[in-house]
Amino acid sequence: MTAILSTHDLALTFSTKRGPVEAVRGIDLAVEQGEILGFLGPNGAGKSTTLRMLTTLLAPTRGTATVAGHDLATQPRAVRRKIGYVAQSGGLDPQERVRSELVLQGRFYRLSRAEAEARAEELAVDLDLTELLDRTCAELSGGQRRRLDIAMALTHRPALLFLDEPTTGLDPGSRADLWELVRRIRDEGTTIFLTTHYLDEADALADRLVIVDHGEVVAEGTPAALKERYGGSPEATLQDTFIAITGHGPRREEPAPLTV
Amino acid sequence: MPTVLADSLLVFERYARQTLRSRITLIFGLMQPMLFLGFFGPLLQDVPLGREGDSWQILVPGLLVQLALFSSSFAGFGILIEKQHGIVERMRVTPVSRTALLLGRTLRDVALLLVQSVILVLAGVAFGLRAPLLGVLIGFVLVAVLAASLASLSYAFAMRVNTPQEFAPVINSINLPAMLLSGILLPMALAPTWLDVISHLIPFRYLVDGVRAAFVGDYGDSALAVGALAALLLSAASLTLGTRLFRRAGA
Ligand SMILES: Nc1ncnc2c1ncn2[C@@H]1O[C@H](COP(=O)(O)OP(=O)(O)OP(=O)(O)O)[C@@H](O)[C@H]1O
Ligand SMILES: [Mg+2]
Repeated sequence: MTAILSTHDLALTFSTKRGPVEAVRGIDLAVEQGEILGFLGPNGAGKSTTLRMLTTLLAPTRGTATVAGHDLATQPRAVRRKIGYVAQSGGLDPQERVRSELVLQGRFYRLSRAEAEARAEELAVDLDLTELLDRTCAELSGGQRRRLDIAMALTHRPALLFLDEPTTGLDPGSRADLWELVRRIRDEGTTIFLTTHYLDEADALADRLVIVDHGEVVAEGTPAALKERYGGSPEATLQDTFIAITGHGPRREEPAPLTV
Repeated sequence: MPTVLADSLLVFERYARQTLRSRITLIFGLMQPMLFLGFFGPLLQDVPLGREGDSWQILVPGLLVQLALFSSSFAGFGILIEKQHGIVERMRVTPVSRTALLLGRTLRDVALLLVQSVILVLAGVAFGLRAPLLGVLIGFVLVAVLAASLASLSYAFAMRVNTPQEFAPVINSINLPAMLLSGILLPMALAPTWLDVISHLIPFRYLVDGVRAAFVGDYGDSALAVGALAALLLSAASLTLGTRLFRRAGA
């Protein structure tokens, strides 16, 4: 297998008024072409910061990365053409209509107006948004908004898609739909880099897990391998495994998800 | 068409549409200068103002610069809200030119300012302003350049702070002294020497004087040339600094 993403000693320290915050302290990781990588870790572990570096939004203070075949530091534009990114809190303008958000996104990816309009229709069909095209983003439910976020990120059929907590705040039905969608996107050839606090989600979706804590990678492997190594047996729950690795459960602001 | 230009137009189109939808923005920015025009302007009619031109030819240029100063320096406010929705990051992950994300917004601000300026001048005419068309057009160009400079700095600054509470006080504490010191309401010709000296350090002063010279049709006046030069230098510096900060900022 070939890696579509690899990092070496990637680090970022925020300078704040109250002093430096070492959000990411030197991460080495690789994502294989075609896999779904689950990127897990407690609140504040540095997951979103890592994603924001890998998507060219933040300049690393140290280290290097190759993303979708391009060097992150020297070819950020080439990286942007190949990746899609759905941020933890989304990126939609409440006052804009669904259609105009999709069309403008297409234009940003260098489609002509006609192409961008056609692509918007196509994505709407694909992500079940057709009925919603003429609503404003403020008029969407949480699940619909998430689907639109993902549709926007798929505009240019990216080789690598970053999803930062895509199912947080969704009801169990919408989460199941989203899992289905993520699998489908992967089956169509897109590699997926996903963060989540839902361990059942990681278990169900991810081919491989990378667990971070305090800005460092603390464990990685397939869910089964991690369970065996840290949870004591292949039948251990991912929850127990996670606690064994990080010393505490996945802290969350939201109520715990139903374990099914 | 070069990418930056094409992208700027795309961005401009989006924000122009948003502005057209909320006509309140247009009215809101005009409130303050209109109040000065109606409730302050008449007081000046028979006061000797120490320079060429009647009181309206002196006040209206000042109000135009004030309009540009206040509305453009708060332009960054909009992007603060957008940052909170993740809109800025979403756009910055696409291949769209980051410079265009700034320029397109700035272009919208300039367009808005020009519409407001036309309304303000027409209102001035209703009150008694008489000025040559060419002079008024030159005035519009000068304030448009000023607006573009300030808006781009405002956006760049807004990218570096996180909340309106950090943003607004800084802008306010620059705006008010800048307005007073550039002789917007009354020409600095009336000022005692020390105040006149300080006011020469404020670039907007030269613009106000330049627009005033244009409004009385004094196209050969050195004030106009100096005003144009000040506008040029200010915009070159601000746009360079603004785009650089904006492109680099971790949103
Ligand atoms: N813009 C910022 N300025 C300063 N510190 C920041 C900033 N963004 C994040 N941090 C800090 O960096 C650390 C890592 O944050 P990050 O958002 O990457 O964590 P995370 O793993 O995504 O957490 P969560 O699961 O809560 O989303 C935290 O300590 C956070 O407070
Ligand atoms: Mg996060």
